[in-house]
Amino acid sequence: MTMTQYPLLALIPLLPLLGAAYNAFVGARMQKRFGYAAVHVPAILMPGISFVITVLAFARLVSLPHHERVLTITLWSWMPVGSVDAGVAFLMDPLALVMCGFITFVGTLIHIYSVGYMHEEPSYWRFFSYLNLFMFTMLVLVLADNFILMFVGWEGVGLCSYLLISFWYKEKKNAVAGMKAFIVNRIGDFGFLLGLLLLFWSIHGVTGGSSVVFRNIEEILAQPAVREALSSQTVLGLSLISMIGILFFVGAMGKSAQIPLYVWLPDAMAGPTPVSALIHAATMVTAGVYLVARLHFVFALSPLVMSWVALVGAVTAVFAATIGFFQHDIKKVLAYSTVSQLGYMFIGVGVGAYWVAIFHVMTHAFFKACLFLGSGSVILGCHHEQDMRRMGGLKKFMPVTAWTYFIACCAIAGFPFTSGFFSKDEILWKAFDSGNLLFPGGGLMIWALGALGAVCTAFYMFRSYYMTFTGEYRGAHGHNGHGGHQPHESPRNMTHVLVVLAAFSLVAGFIGLPHLWHLPSYLHHWLDPVFSGSAEIIRSAGHGSGHEWALMIFSVALALTGWAFARWLYRDNRNAAPSRLIESKHPLVCGIHRLVYNKYYVDEIYDAVFVGFVMWFRKICDWIDRNIVDALVNFAGLFGRLVGRVHGLTDTHVVDGAVNGTAWSIASMGSALRLVQTGNLRTYLYIAISGAIALVIMNFILFG
Amino acid sequence: MNPGLQHFLVLSAALFACGLLCLVTRRNAIGLLMGIELIINAANINFVAFSRHLGNDRAGQVFALFGIALAAVGVTVALAIVFALYRNFNKSIDVDDASRLRG
Repeated sequence: MTMTQYPLLALIPLLPLLGAAYNAFVGARMQKRFGYAAVHVPAILMPGISFVITVLAFARLVSLPHHERVLTITLWSWMPVGSVDAGVAFLMDPLALVMCGFITFVGTLIHIYSVGYMHEEPSYWRFFSYLNLFMFTMLVLVLADNFILMFVGWEGVGLCSYLLISFWYKEKKNAVAGMKAFIVNRIGDFGFLLGLLLLFWSIHGVTGGSSVVFRNIEEILAQPAVREALSSQTVLGLSLISMIGILFFVGAMGKSAQIPLYVWLPDAMAGPTPVSALIHAATMVTAGVYLVARLHFVFALSPLVMSWVALVGAVTAVFAATIGFFQHDIKKVLAYSTVSQLGYMFIGVGVGAYWVAIFHVMTHAFFKACLFLGSGSVILGCHHEQDMRRMGGLKKFMPVTAWTYFIACCAIAGFPFTSGFFSKDEILWKAFDSGNLLFPGGGLMIWALGALGAVCTAFYMFRSYYMTFTGEYRGAHGHNGHGGHQPHESPRNMTHVLVVLAAFSLVAGFIGLPHLWHLPSYLHHWLDPVFSGSAEIIRSAGHGSGHEWALMIFSVALALTGWAFARWLYRDNRNAAPSRLIESKHPLVCGIHRLVYNKYYVDEIYDAVFVGFVMWFRKICDWIDRNIVDALVNFAGLFGRLVGRVHGLTDTHVVDGAVNGTAWSIASMGSALRLVQTGNLRTYLYIAISGAIALVIMNFILFG
Repeated sequence: MNPGLQHFLVLSAALFACGLLCLVTRRNAIGLLMGIELIINAANINFVAFSRHLGNDRAGQVFALFGIALAAVGVTVALAIVFALYRNFNKSIDVDDASRLRG
């Protein structure tokens, strides 16, 4: 496969790194001397230029033949050890381009939005430095041409996520949320790493050589002999390839917040809202989907893993959607909605519809960023109020925010011709049509779960819209010192970003029109060369276009049902049914509400099982430390003292005795020798003469 | 009769014996110096005699001249010491009186 060198590619991640370094090292001084503009102008410019370069790279890719659309640049060889040759090398194929395109585009918009949102923040420079660093690591993740460099990006986004969630670290709640995100992500990263090592090792076992570069691994796995070997060897009762897939998917679950590792994402809302929009909705959390899509050649080989991925996605989609029903915090609703939408993406990659999953990743980035930034605008307008029960009627005060939020709600609910409609519908259709799932009727089951999730999504999203924007304003007598302040529309740079994102939420779907309509699906065609390798493995159940029409109409009906239901219950806050339901004493109603409101007690179960176990283990360690380790240490101390005592005695008596004895013997020898020195000249003379005579005599005796 | 090597050696031995006798018997510092002078000259006679005997080797002659010069130097220094003794030990030059020099 021919690849085209494209040196500009390296600048896409490196420019944000430059911006991050600028703000990290001189940002604080610049902010003090030249004002906030000196901080945010470079911070916005760097990802902006990255976006421009991405567009240039797009133009370059288009000019290449369809199946040779790969740009690379190798900066330097990083780890040439044995058969590992991980370089700092970037690769841009159509898949990476799509990711890169919306990351830099949405990222730049969110940077602009942050100027308005964070305008009262004293450590403004720190915020922009972290945001730029995040852009850098995310782009490294997407553009890496080998696992090792991708892992650097993978860990880097986790770090930035941690830094930004606990951005306001002075409140303990935020710091704890950051740690939770970091630790749960770490579990996933462990899976990623194990998967990588197992893949490397097993390929080495089969072929005698191995690689960490995606392209080479794809080529190796394309050989039937290698596929056969990896599928037939087993480890822990699973085939090697399934084990590898499962481990990589554990990594994806952690990063993309799937059951059971989703718990960190709702807590991650403790960070500033632009961060929630950028990292915890639009970009970082889709890294797991990207990983599975990037490794389609591994996942496609194991129907078991594919089914599992799809099932986890479907269950997560419904599970998180139901939690969204009773949340009062507007950002929490959006967080659970993100978890649920990520579930849809995993349905997509699980049934082998990789391009559709990436399509949904992209459309989701637009409408979810729009929703989050809209909620940020609301929160700012209501003076940092996040509880929807104290909002209401905001449409009067902030019309732009209300309209953009409404449009994004339509998109996420899947109203016809919005972007979410095209991508979600395609996912559900592919799930229905999937012939790859292990269990019979699997496709239908996944589809049913997805459809259930869709109606839930429409319901809770419009619930949040109606609670926030319609009816009477309920927060007029604020409790936090802002009493009497009217809510106000956000500054223009924020609303403009919302308008752009809302526009994209509306029209972005038109690049991936369904085949049913006999219109070109540009995105499918564009991503085709990336996924063509595993295309022949993915089977279709062969349902006809009649089914597809029916499903499409059905899901539109579902979306409208959810919307109508939400409108009936929550519009203008008139209907008393919700409050009556909450106050109901009926044990069944009450019990279900409590269960869902408390998020199925998953956090509590984790607390009891894992945290409890760790705490119990900590107590044991503590006991061991106090009673055994300390005893050993004390014994060592005692022993040391004993040795010291013996040593001291030896020193005073033996060593000092030897030294004093030497001195004494020298002194006594001296006093004995003093007698010889009479001072009498003639005595000396006699001695000298007798010595000479003795020498002469000796001479005669010995040599005579 | 021509004097041979042995005559000179006997003369030198006699001279050496006189010098040694002088050294061990005298307590007068000047007397000691005179004894040393006799011993040095006994050695000088030996040098010259052996020089002649080994076929007019000039080295022996030169050594004798050096010996005479060194003896003169030695006497100069020794006389200075004797003066110092004379001044510090009650105008006496008896070496036994100077035993206080000992450490």
